[in-house]
Amino acid sequence: MSNAPRLTALDALHRSLGATMTDFAGWDMPLRYGSERDEHNAVRTKAGLFDLSHMGEITVTGPEAAKLLDYALVGNMGTIGVGRARYTMICQADGGILDDLIVYRLGDTEYMVVANASNAQVVLDALTERQAGFDAAVRDDRDAYALLAVQGPHSPAILKAVTDADLDGLKYYAGLPGTVAGVPALIARTGYTGEDGFELFLKPEHAETVWQALTEAGQEYGLVPCGLSCRDTLRLEAGMPLYGHELSTSLTPFDAGLGRVVKFEKEGDFVGREALRAAAERAEQNPPRKLVGLIAEGRRVPRAEMQVVADGEVIGSVTSGAPSPTLGKPIAMAYVDAAHAEPGTKGVGVDIRGTHEPYEVVALPFYKRQK
Amino acid sequence: MSNPKELRYSKEHEWLSAAEDGVATVGITEHAANALGDVVFVQLPEVGETVTAGESCGELESTKSVSELYSPVTGEVVEANQDVVDDPSLVNSAPFEGGWLFKVRATAEQDDLMSADEYTEFSGS
Repeated sequence: MSNAPRLTALDALHRSLGATMTDFAGWDMPLRYGSERDEHNAVRTKAGLFDLSHMGEITVTGPEAAKLLDYALVGNMGTIGVGRARYTMICQADGGILDDLIVYRLGDTEYMVVANASNAQVVLDALTERQAGFDAAVRDDRDAYALLAVQGPHSPAILKAVTDADLDGLKYYAGLPGTVAGVPALIARTGYTGEDGFELFLKPEHAETVWQALTEAGQEYGLVPCGLSCRDTLRLEAGMPLYGHELSTSLTPFDAGLGRVVKFEKEGDFVGREALRAAAERAEQNPPRKLVGLIAEGRRVPRAEMQVVADGEVIGSVTSGAPSPTLGKPIAMAYVDAAHAEPGTKGVGVDIRGTHEPYEVVALPFYKRQK
Repeated sequence: MSNPKELRYSKEHEWLSAAEDGVATVGITEHAANALGDVVFVQLPEVGETVTAGESCGELESTKSVSELYSPVTGEVVEANQDVVDDPSLVNSAPFEGGWLFKVRATAEQDDLMSADEYTEFSGS
């Protein structure tokens, strides 16, 4: 295996746009094209265009595809309607989170599982191992797709200009096959920004055509190319977890405040069921720590792994932090002791290089779009 | 981008103006500002404080990271740019002008400062 970073189908295009590139999970990805704050604000108020081709697609097909996924994942995959999608997780037998996923049901017997780039191999391996005994096949489709996302309030108008697909009939967390800029695409109304938007799964050889068409259609709407830097601040404001930060194998979905994705009522056994039962009870009765939002009173920015403090004691740890363009203040997500997790708790600070900077504890998310 | 000829540059990507009445101005280069991304917070040395060439004297925080600010010169700080403290984006929009950081009554300089041409080659931009 070569250690050279993997390049998306749009690599040359990003460079021609002057993108600052960054290594992300072994991929060379655009971090930003210009100002990440301007890119962030464009997605909140107009529209942004992302190359997300590093995401890992895995296709599961066969008469028992639904059964396999119900066993392998914590959610109820059999009840997803064809053309709909669901946010879910894959856990270890001990309940630890292997990854968070979006699963699209493309047909009665066909699903597409979208994993984080950093975990795609882990998810593929786990699904392949868990497939034993089911009449279903697990296929690595990471190289079969490029993934573009157009996100922001103007994204429906922009996408409408280049597709005949019925976007008005396409609900949030739904996906349908269609034609975009003359090429076939799976059009999904999903995203990771807290805004309305679409994700387009395409053949890599079509990525540039669609990127250019969207760029052209987006001109009058203020669409700008956007990098991973603003994607991170957008998802942070929207209170969305990122694997490796808020989620890890040492946490269960209940520890992360996302116990709702675990469906004990579904038929049959699933990997992690027993451990997750215990985790659910623990979270209910005696939660060790809770995931909260923190808003800075000052201007210094909290970063992952910084300690959260109160009365001179360490009470938690920051998982993600950034200056929030929308709030105009630094914000963070952090796991803190349950005793300090209530919104409005006084006296909480973050230890930023030796100084205890005051922070306000708030409920997540920091930002919710007006519908 | 072009690095002004009249300035000299450190390997830590600070620039230093020629002293006027013994006072030199310090800032960070456009190359450094671009590498940082949007600067959201600057902590500058205080007026009256003594800074030492090659040593950290403040910090610059951007969306993705925090970086130490090094002084290319030794001496007493006589002015800190309050405009940059109030609006850190000046570091990105005008690194060589309105985005200057502090002024020092210089008694000694870092001994490996570069000319604009040398810095352009060193930084690759």
